[in-house]
Amino acid sequence: MTRGRIRAKLQRSHLYSFSCLHPSNTEAERPNSVQGSRIVHCNQPHLHQKKPLKYCSNFISTTKYNVVTFLPKAIFEQFRRVANLYFLLAAALSLTAISPFSAVSMIAPLAFVVGLSMAKEALEDSRRFVQDMKVNRRKTSVHKGNGLFGYRPWHKIRVGDVLKVEKDQFFPADLLLLSSNYEDGICYVETMNLDGETNLKVKRCLEATLPLEDDEAFKDFAGIIRCEDPNPSLYTFVGNLEYDRQAFSLDPGQILLRDSKLRNTAYVYGVVIFTGHDSKVMQNATESPSKRSTIEKKMDYIIYVLFTLLVVISLISSIGFAVKTKYQVPDWWYLKPQNTDSLFNPGKPALSGFYHLITALILYGYLIPISLYVSIEVVKVLQATFINQDIHMYDEETGNPAQARTSNLNEELGQVDTILSDKTGTLTCNQMDFLKCSIAGTAYGVRSSEVELAAAKQMAIEEEVDLSSFPMHRDNQQSSRKNVGRVSEIELETVISYSNGTGQKPVIKGFSFDDGRLMNGNWLKEHNTDVHLLFFRILAICQTAIPEPNQETASFTYEAESPDEGAFLVAAREFGFEFCKRTQSSVFIRERYPNSKQPVEREYKLLNLLEFTSKRKRMSVIVQDEEGQILLLCKGADSIIFDRLSKNGRMYEAATTKHLTEYGEAGLRTLALAYRKLEESEYATWNNEFQKAKTCIGADREAMLERVAETMERELILVGATAVEDKLQKGVPQCIDKLAQAGLKIWVLTGDKMETAINIGFACSLLRQGMKQICIITTNSDTLAKDGKEAVKENILNQLTNASQMIKLEKDPHAAFALIIDGKTLTHALEDDMKHQFLGLAVDCASVICCRVSPKQKAMVTRLVKEGTGKTTLAIGDGANDVGMIQEADIGVGISGVEGMQAVMASDFSIAQFRFLERLLVVHGHWCYKRIAQMVCYFFYKNIAFGLTLFYFEAFAAFSGQSVYDDWYMLLFNVLLTSLPVISLGVFEQDVSSEVCLQFPALYQQGPRNLFFDWYRILGWMGNGLYSSLIIFFLNIIIFYDQAFRAGGQTADMAAVGTTMFTCIIWAVNCQIALTMSHFTWIQHLLVWGSIVTWYLFLLLYGMISPLISGNAYKLLVEALGPAPIYWAATLLVTIACNLPYFVHISFQRCFNPMDHHVIQEIKYYKRDVEDQHMWTRESSKARHDTKIGFTARVEAKIRQLRGRLQKKHSSSVAS
Amino acid sequence: MSTNTASSSSAAAGSADASAPRRNSKRPKYSRFTQQELPACKPILTPKWVISAFLLVSVVFIPIGVASLFASRDVVEIVDRYETDCIPVANRTDKVKYIQSSGNNICNRTLTVPKRMKHPIYVYYQLDNFYQNHRRYVKSRSDAQLKSNSSAGDVSSCKPEDMANGQPIVPCGLIAWSLFNDTYNFSRNNQGLTVNKKGISWKSDRENKFGKDVYPTNFQKGTLQGGAILNSSIPLSEQEDLIVWMRTAALPTFRKLYGKIEVDLQANDIIQVVLENNYNTYSFNGKKKLVLSTTSWLGGKNDFLGIAYLTVGGLCFVLALTFTVVYLVKPRRLGDPSYLSWNRNPGGR
Repeated sequence: MTRGRIRAKLQRSHLYSFSCLHPSNTEAERPNSVQGSRIVHCNQPHLHQKKPLKYCSNFISTTKYNVVTFLPKAIFEQFRRVANLYFLLAAALSLTAISPFSAVSMIAPLAFVVGLSMAKEALEDSRRFVQDMKVNRRKTSVHKGNGLFGYRPWHKIRVGDVLKVEKDQFFPADLLLLSSNYEDGICYVETMNLDGETNLKVKRCLEATLPLEDDEAFKDFAGIIRCEDPNPSLYTFVGNLEYDRQAFSLDPGQILLRDSKLRNTAYVYGVVIFTGHDSKVMQNATESPSKRSTIEKKMDYIIYVLFTLLVVISLISSIGFAVKTKYQVPDWWYLKPQNTDSLFNPGKPALSGFYHLITALILYGYLIPISLYVSIEVVKVLQATFINQDIHMYDEETGNPAQARTSNLNEELGQVDTILSDKTGTLTCNQMDFLKCSIAGTAYGVRSSEVELAAAKQMAIEEEVDLSSFPMHRDNQQSSRKNVGRVSEIELETVISYSNGTGQKPVIKGFSFDDGRLMNGNWLKEHNTDVHLLFFRILAICQTAIPEPNQETASFTYEAESPDEGAFLVAAREFGFEFCKRTQSSVFIRERYPNSKQPVEREYKLLNLLEFTSKRKRMSVIVQDEEGQILLLCKGADSIIFDRLSKNGRMYEAATTKHLTEYGEAGLRTLALAYRKLEESEYATWNNEFQKAKTCIGADREAMLERVAETMERELILVGATAVEDKLQKGVPQCIDKLAQAGLKIWVLTGDKMETAINIGFACSLLRQGMKQICIITTNSDTLAKDGKEAVKENILNQLTNASQMIKLEKDPHAAFALIIDGKTLTHALEDDMKHQFLGLAVDCASVICCRVSPKQKAMVTRLVKEGTGKTTLAIGDGANDVGMIQEADIGVGISGVEGMQAVMASDFSIAQFRFLERLLVVHGHWCYKRIAQMVCYFFYKNIAFGLTLFYFEAFAAFSGQSVYDDWYMLLFNVLLTSLPVISLGVFEQDVSSEVCLQFPALYQQGPRNLFFDWYRILGWMGNGLYSSLIIFFLNIIIFYDQAFRAGGQTADMAAVGTTMFTCIIWAVNCQIALTMSHFTWIQHLLVWGSIVTWYLFLLLYGMISPLISGNAYKLLVEALGPAPIYWAATLLVTIACNLPYFVHISFQRCFNPMDHHVIQEIKYYKRDVEDQHMWTRESSKARHDTKIGFTARVEAKIRQLRGRLQKKHSSSVAS
Repeated sequence: MSTNTASSSSAAAGSADASAPRRNSKRPKYSRFTQQELPACKPILTPKWVISAFLLVSVVFIPIGVASLFASRDVVEIVDRYETDCIPVANRTDKVKYIQSSGNNICNRTLTVPKRMKHPIYVYYQLDNFYQNHRRYVKSRSDAQLKSNSSAGDVSSCKPEDMANGQPIVPCGLIAWSLFNDTYNFSRNNQGLTVNKKGISWKSDRENKFGKDVYPTNFQKGTLQGGAILNSSIPLSEQEDLIVWMRTAALPTFRKLYGKIEVDLQANDIIQVVLENNYNTYSFNGKKKLVLSTTSWLGGKNDFLGIAYLTVGGLCFVLALTFTVVYLVKPRRLGDPSYLSWNRNPGGR
């Protein structure tokens, strides 16, 4: 069954790749043959019990395994890792006589490691199973025949069932809405689980099914739905309902999707169309790609190196064995060479050699640390816990802590080079405040936007800089500059907090407008009151929101599709036009005029609604007011509206355009409002056409609708424009500043238009005055035919080369460039033949802003950066449109803020606010990178140091495969004796404290430059391992050569030599890790020194159990080794000798060629930061990557400019 | 089908009842541990520390080295290689044949004591090129059988020396089978020197590993005789030669304790050794040596430990000096910010 499903999934994913990202396109591209192939017999589920109408059940399973498949599948998953497979083979062979070890010492660690991973899998899967079960057992009311409804669990629901879903319940499958408790058949749906939008959406049933409004009505209900096959597109649906011998077209407006929730509606009736895994939400489920960090990928290469080493030394010893067996062993009578067996046959040395090769491969397996994977796993989980627990990344407002959703990318956080950020909801709050408006050519609204405030503040500061830096002497300039920088940073912060706490009036969410001329009905005193009236009415009527009465304030709150719309409605309410009720066909507005106390409730018949799409960039409603006047009210992007104005509708165009530019500069989002009066007859003819378009089915329906709508939305009369503010999130400019100082590049990818994007760029210091902006745009309009494509491409290529040329020719080292490109251009720029030019240019620019990009383009840009530069990318976003980008990037970060869960679900890390990114990268990323790098290096060191001693001993044991250590020692080496210290290194090591990380963002560069995991360092550690193994083995061998090793005259046997050697190893590797660490809490002390103590304890206890188990190790420590001074003397000597080169290396490096963190550690150690605060702040300010973006860079540039002017002045005065 | 959306359904189902108190519960609890702020000691390698560490090592190591060298020098050792000399000149062309022909292989050796040797004087035999550490050899024993009579039949691990004439061999295995069987009799000035053969093995071996109720049976009864024949009336726990032999050596050159002479030997004493040369090392060109040695607190004669200690100690002293000199020539103030990378190459990067 699973295989079938997988195959089906593959086919579907092939067919509908990207369709979830790009619904409208696939709609057009889908072949006609596909649609209409699904037939649903409404209210006759029994017809769906046989093929071909038997569709999949409503049982959902998101688990990877079930009880039967768990073992084989999970085991298969485990042994897909090459290393695990190797260990499995080794363990299997250990059951035969070939193995040098007892079987248990091979199988136990493998079972432990695999068992642990499998237990983790099982636990995760069982959680999923429990969740699935919970979902499958939910009950819903189903029509059981004869108009009777009864409850049935979800998983028993079949296609064709008629369901009755009650308020606040989830829909169990994709349903066709038949009717609701409202007489006009509407219902409200919350789709947060699907697209993350929290606003309610209205669904309307067909007029034809309206009469089916009680249980009885379904007694004889029957109908046939022909519709599209299951597909993942949430926003499209094509189908027909055949009912009452008539065909009705269906659109997404009648479809209730599984996992969305019924709100504000008592009940609805619906018929099941798609069940279980056919439903759109399940079709949308994508397996998030599993990502691996750079370090882990490189680790594979090290594993290969070690494998090679393993094979080489195995070959050496097997050849040695064969030679010995052939030429010498026949003379060794004490081995009874004449008694041959398959593994030992002096007559067939080649065969024996071959068997010995396998033995050797197992024996030297200690070179490949079996525990490495498991230790890294443990370390990463613990690191992730620390990230989750970090109180500095907890957002009080939303109550969300940071969350590491996958733990295997922690160290990647420390190597990020480029950040690709979404704008809305990430940099900005996605909370719109109605701030200004322009009505009939007059601008209203006195409050300033944040951008304006910030600019004003900064200008004031810069003037201060002006004053302070002029008389300054050269030497003092640096420090003063810094102080200024700090001051201004503080100022900026206060500006933002100030504007948050908006003064005297009670704060109304979404409304920051303040202008006496319009408030409290004063607009009646203005000129053109009829235009004002229209303006407010457009705000109130031209929308798709749903009012919800709010008991506390006795007014309404609105569930709007976009936050802009919500802001408009709130604004209209405040102006006295309260939208209070919506029915299927009407909108009710409570209009309040100052002269009459009682508000007037007016009804506007809603004739048509032409929806907003990103393509159309406008929405319109056609309404009929109480006087019978038909009006088309339209709001949309200014450029679109201006194109469609009638000749006499351009009265205020000039003034409005001016205001729009001003608003744009202030970082506000603008929309233009317009209307048109319609004649009955004109409307009637148009409506006919529109209805025809609406009922037709097929790929061109959308296009037809659009065309028809287009004919209506023309000859408009301009009324005015609105400006809403998209608030920046808290701390965003500061965070960007710090990230820029840490040497990170920041790209902004936004769906917004260019002007808004540029404004936000200014607001968060990605752009500044004096930065050369390179705008790459397509000049021709989109009407260009296909043959013009080449021309467009050539044009873009020209722009790209020109810009690159310009950058190359630029002499000023401080010149900064910003690249701004829009989505349409990007489609061309991302094509294979041009993308490298584009990337080359983008890399040269200090900041890159891509506007108007689709989710798919976001993902493509991310891939381009990732693959083109080969550096680590991080994508951060909050919405469903960022999912592609988040999954594509090396690290995906989701903002768990206002907009749903989609991005978070796809992400690797989730944080509540953009500003936490700084701490996540600069502190946790930095730490985790160094920890993992050091840990992996150390791991290889210790296993080489240990594994090679086995090889040397072989050479002394005629390559026979005998190990000098007891099996148990080797078993415990990786599992117990050396694993905990290395885990503590990976979890607790800190080179510098978190405050210092934040103060010195430049330290972050150690990660992207990969100073701690380059081949030089890796090979150094391996060399250290080789050295240690030589020292450990040969010193011991010579010390214990042949003479008595204690006063009692006894000579050392293999157990004594092996145990001493092993003691030396334990000491040497644990002292080595102590030298590696720079941060000792009691935990590290406990684990490092505890490991050594554990070894002695183990030896003691092992010596006490029956000699049948302990063999020659019986009472070894107590009787033989403990009282022998030579044992302790050898331990001391070998330990010191092993660690001497590393110690010399680090002390010379630190003393004569210190790295940044060394110096900072010293400053902290001597508390010089406290004594000499001036130096400390100066250094922390200098400690940043040479950056061209961010707030500090802005001030810097300003100062340069001033200094330049000063110099000029100076020189001219000298000349005169 | 691990999913985003599907899991979101359950997540949202949970979030539906997420109310204010639950929200607070998501707040990470503050503790110094979870915030990674545990008090820690952060040692840094200042030159002072480095130099002191080097000096400390040399101060500790050099005396130890000297002491162990002295201890090693105190040990008096007499080594007599006899494997060739004990074969009559006529038979030297085919030594293997000579040793295998079970004749009278008595051989007389004379040793001169170079220095006064205090008792106890340990008598060793030393074999060379004898791979007691060969895996086939090491594995070929049965600890269970050695320990108790009841496991006499437990010979599966002893191949190829497990059964003889259909009966299990006690003690089985190649190790026991190849037991060394040269014997030495010492006399000084024609007075016999008793060699104490008790107490040459580990006490724990005698008491716990080799059973008091285990007697050699069926030993050396196979087609080939390996080494010594054991007295079948003495339990294994008292067969100390076997016990010593069963402790396999780590290297192909090894000494094993033969016995102790518990009188002092004076310098220039002549010691007569009547030696029974039975053991075949000739087929693999192994040397045989007779060793008489005293011990110090550190064991037998081996200068290496002392030399190694002196070398490392001396090296550390040199390093301490170098470090001091280099540091004086090119000093660096600790925590000097000018060594920060952004100060070292301004404008760079």
